[in-house]
Formats: sequence, structure tokens, C-alpha cells
Amino acid sequence: MIEDLLQSNPGWANFGIFFLLGAVLLLVVLGFVTYGILAERKVMGYMQLRHGPNQVGGRWGLLQTVADVLKLLLKEDIIPKLADRPLFILAPVIAFAPSFMVLATIPFTDKFQFADIGIGLLYYIAVSGLTTIGVVAGGWASNNKYALLGGMRAAAQMISYEIPLVMSVLGIILLSGSLNLNDIVEAQKHGWYILLQPVAFIIFMIASVAELNRTPFDLPEAENELVAGYHVEYSGFRWAFFMLAEYVYLFAMSALITVIFLGGWLPPLSILGFIPGAVWFSLKFTLVLFIYIWFRVAFPRFRADKLMEFGWKVLLPIALANIFLTALIKTLFFS
Amino acid sequence: MLRTEEMLLNVGPQHPSTHGVFRLVIKIDGEIIKEAKPVIGYLHRGTEKLAENLQYTQIIPYTDRLDYLSAMTNNYVLCHAVETMMGTQIPERAEYLRVLAMELGRVASHLVWWGTFLLDIGAVSPFLYAFREREMIINMLNELSGARLTFNYMRVGGVKWDAPEGWIEKVRDFVPYMREQLEGYHYLVSGNEIFINRVKGVGRYTKEDALNYSLSGVNLRSTGVKWDLRKDEPYSIYNRFNFDVPVHDGGDAWARYQLRLAEIEESLKIIEQAVEQFPAEGEILAKVPKIIKAPKGEAFVRIESPRGEIGCYIASDGKKEPYRLKFRRPSFYNLQILPKLLKGENIANLIAILGAIDIVLGEVDG
Repeated sequence: MIEDLLQSNPGWANFGIFFLLGAVLLLVVLGFVTYGILAERKVMGYMQLRHGPNQVGGRWGLLQTVADVLKLLLKEDIIPKLADRPLFILAPVIAFAPSFMVLATIPFTDKFQFADIGIGLLYYIAVSGLTTIGVVAGGWASNNKYALLGGMRAAAQMISYEIPLVMSVLGIILLSGSLNLNDIVEAQKHGWYILLQPVAFIIFMIASVAELNRTPFDLPEAENELVAGYHVEYSGFRWAFFMLAEYVYLFAMSALITVIFLGGWLPPLSILGFIPGAVWFSLKFTLVLFIYIWFRVAFPRFRADKLMEFGWKVLLPIALANIFLTALIKTLFFS
Repeated sequence: MLRTEEMLLNVGPQHPSTHGVFRLVIKIDGEIIKEAKPVIGYLHRGTEKLAENLQYTQIIPYTDRLDYLSAMTNNYVLCHAVETMMGTQIPERAEYLRVLAMELGRVASHLVWWGTFLLDIGAVSPFLYAFREREMIINMLNELSGARLTFNYMRVGGVKWDAPEGWIEKVRDFVPYMREQLEGYHYLVSGNEIFINRVKGVGRYTKEDALNYSLSGVNLRSTGVKWDLRKDEPYSIYNRFNFDVPVHDGGDAWARYQLRLAEIEESLKIIEQAVEQFPAEGEILAKVPKIIKAPKGEAFVRIESPRGEIGCYIASDGKKEPYRLKFRRPSFYNLQILPKLLKGENIANLIAILGAIDIVLGEVDG
């Protein structure tokens, strides 16, 4: 359907349909963020001998996040006197917008995808890099020393880890011969890339945690050192936007890993094909999400200089070696 | 060429990782600390001055509030000083209760340190695990003294309350449980590469530095000096127990981490033996006058608290109040080396270094 729309002549009706679809996706994502946060708090709670939210919305705390968001909406909007006002207001938007944009290319099932573009993977990585600008701008505009340190750390970290992230997926691109996410999923019919490219998977997983600013790579907002890092001066809904960006990225990154490493909507065995692709997708997606939450519970935080060392001296060479090996094997045995 | 300038950063007193109201003014170049100036005194209550107008028994609650993570040792050091001056003989049962209370307190204190140190390093879960075990100790001490944190348990000549029925059994059961949990701690944290990277070689100082700065406790033992007052100047009944003094010659945060966990094990040994030897019955308070008057003169005693040597000096002119009371508060002394350690370090190390010293602000500020 979307394919047809893309091919047809531009017009208001066309725009309306796309706008509506976009709005629906936004609602789905917001729904995910709401319950993703709840799931994280619940899982973390049970891992840490707590119950997690259990008051608002029944014993599962189903309305806890809704209540939290409402509270954030009602909070006073504080802008520091000496802050760079326009930049301060703009930064959360810059941080959030790309996180939502990247979702367009993710194929949730073989039919449900918004933009089936040829360079889907490249688009994802390129657009997601924009968020760094929002984070640095937020840290800079706050006119707060802790925020500045957090923003600088965020910039250094995100740039350093984007490189191994890209390098690790190159092996997959070599194997599938395409940057299109649909083609990548189709290419996994006979074996998921997590099995064919285990090294790439590990590097991608580590680099993605760093990209998501989550423990053990949560240095930009290291609570115990930098108080809250780049968003220390933000409150109310502006702060919520940063958080929203973070969780939408969590959603996007889990979806991306599902697509490029775990075979997307494909069933693990072809006999199980009668179960719809959406179910498989969400199962794998949840698993990846769970691993991210698990990381957060289990690990302490990296130190800034070790983080850089690890990114440049460990991850990058391994990723490069992986590309070399993949190319070698492909030319020797499969060409 | 870019113009760079140093930035003055105020860490604390409301910073989440200064463990209370400690303030540190640091000059940073990028993330490298050029100079650090600690500012203390936000929690100063003038305990020593207040004590000059209080009877000895009335001072005991004030000692609870110095090092509030290990109030039992503070209780003890004051009582011990007065008892030394009066030459009081302490009943057996009271001695055992004191040792049990102090060693349980030591375990609880090291547990809090373990949890909060890892919290500073960025791992949230260990904090909650440590507090689960600590809660059990606190509950036991609560049954003993009626308070969870500020026990006010010891008196000159003994202790205030006898152990309730079944308490000793509870302590006995706790020892194997705690040992099992300790293994879990090591499994979860001690082998973690990220964690080792954060602490190994961080905040290193030499034996000479440690002695020159008058460090004590784990901070001293981490440089290879085997000095534990429980062994070297046995007070109370510590000479009856068989335990080791763990030492490490790393001199860094990693050494201090290992030592504190090892000390929990040693304390468990002492608790185990004390429970075994615990007299079935007996007095818990020696025959002391209603109003305690330390004889004219002065005394200084020192014991091993979880943080180091805590000392108590009393000068008495024979009245019911001390003429002058002075505590040697180990956190205060241990903190003095901080500016030296911080120079040239990364900001992220600041937290690890400060955390590894293990200060309690109530004690630093007195």
C-alpha cells in the first residue's frame, strides 16, 4: 500500500494519509515508551529485590508512567537566566526529532514499513547521529558546568562509538549485498546474521549501548559524577523530551538489532511460519530490550578515558578485522 | 591555537556522591583536576564542647551521631575511656554483648560502604543487595538496643539491655548466610572488568604517605602496614578470638575494596567465636555509682572502628562532667590526604578516590 502511495502523484490526499500514518506511529511509539519505561522499572525492580511501581493503575503500576508524564507536564518550565535561550529551547527538539525519524525505515513486518528506501541502514545511522548535536547544544546552552562536561562527554562518546557501530554492520552489508533493511531480512532466510556474524553482533551490541547512553556507558549523564550531565538544568517537559528521545532510540535500536541480526519478522524455523511475522518480531525485540535492561542492572560505569581507549583500541580494530575476514571468506568461497 | 582556561567547579555540598555535606572546590582543565580544596564543617555540631556540660551517660547519645554508620564503636570508645579512668571491671556477658554489637556494626558499616561505593561507580544493584543484609543486622541491633541507627546501647560499666531470647541464635544463623552472600558479591562485582578498570591503580599512595598523613584503618592497611588495634593493642576481650588482619600492598582503591570485604569475613569469624563462647548468664552492668564521676586526671584510649583508629581523650577534674573531651575521629584524619590524591586525576576518579577513603561526614565534622 505504502509502495503504491510513494509511486503515485503527490497530492493533499497523499499527504494526509502519510501524516495520519505518522501520527499513528507516534502514538504506537509513545505507547511503547510508556510501557517500556514501566517494563524497565519492573524488571529492574525484581532484579534489585524491589517491586517497582505498584500503586498507580493497579498492582502492576500500569498507569505509573502516565502519571509521571502528567506530572512533568504540570511542572514549572524553568529556563536559567544566563542560558542561551533559543538554543536551550531548541536542543530537546533537535535531540528528539531524529529519534523518531529513524523509525520510518524499520521494517516491522514484511508489509508494515513506512519508507522502504534503498539505503535504509545508512539512513538510520546518519540520522541518529544528529541527536548528538541536540545533546551538546543542551549542555552548552544551559550555562552550567556540569551540563557542559556532560555534553562534551556525550559528543566524544557518541562520535567514538558510531564508528565501530558502522564498521560492525559493514560485514553484514558485505554478506547481504544491500543497505536496504528489507533485503537484509530476506537474506537471513537461511541463517540469521547473529550466527554468521557473531563478532559483529557483539561489537554492535556494545557500541549501541554506548550510543543509547545507557549503563555501562551512561557517562554523559553520570549521576554520581556530573549530577545529571547535559540535562541538569532542564525540567518539566523539556527534560521529558530528552528522556523520550532516549527511550525512542531504545525502541529503534532494539528494532534495528532485531532486523539486522535476528532475522526481523522471520520465524526461527520455517515450520513455524504459520505464526505471523509481527509476533516473531516482537518476541525478538523484547529479548533485545530485556538484555539492555539487564545490562543496566548488572554493570558499573566506564571511566571516560577507558571508554575512549576501549572504543578506539579494542572495538574498532576488531570490527575492521571482522570486515576483512568476512570479505576474504566471501571472495574465496562464495563468489 | 584555541584559548583554553581552567574551570572552577564546586562539587557539593549537595552533590550526590559526597556522602553527605562534604564540599570540594576543584580547578579543572578539561576533565583533569589541577587543584582540589576540601571544605568541611557543614555538619559541625560541636560535640566535644557540648560534652563539657553533660554527664558521662548523657554524652553517649552524642557519640552515636558522630560516625552514624558504626555507632556501637563510638559508644564503646567513650565508655572505655571512662572505665579506664575509673578502673571498672566489666562483666563477662557485657563484654561479649559489646563485641558482638561492635562486630555486627562493623559488618553493617562495610556493607554500606560497599553498596555506596559501587553506587558512586555507577552500579545501582549492589547497593540494594548490601542493604538487604545490612537490614538484617540493623534489625538484630534494634532488638538489642531499641534503635536502628543511634543505638545508645553501651553504658559505663557494661551495656544497657540484655540480649532478648533467641537473639544469639539469630546472630549465629546470620554468619553462614552472610558468608554465602559475600560469595555472591565477589561473583557479581569483584571480577567485573569494568569495575577493576575503575579502581585498579586509582588513588594510589605509599606506605610513607599513609603514615605521614596519619591514616588508619583500611586506608593504612591497604599500603601493607599490618596495624589493627584489635590485634596490636587488644582492648575488651579481643585477645580471646582467633582472626586475621587482612593487609594488601597495592595502596590503591582496589586494595581498599578487597580489604573491606576481607574484613567482613574476619568480623564474621569473631562473631562466630563470640557466639560460641557467649556466657549463658551473668550481669550485664558492673556495680557503678548512679552518677558517674571520672577521677581527677586524664586518659586516652583508642580502638579500631570500621574507618580506622577512633580515640577518646578525657581530662577530668573529678566532677560528673568532663573538663575536656576530645575524639580522634578517623574519617577526619583519613580525609586529609584527599587534595594530594586528587591532583592530576580525572574527574571520574574523584568519586572513586573519595569513595574508597570511606568517610562519614558526621565524624569528619564532629
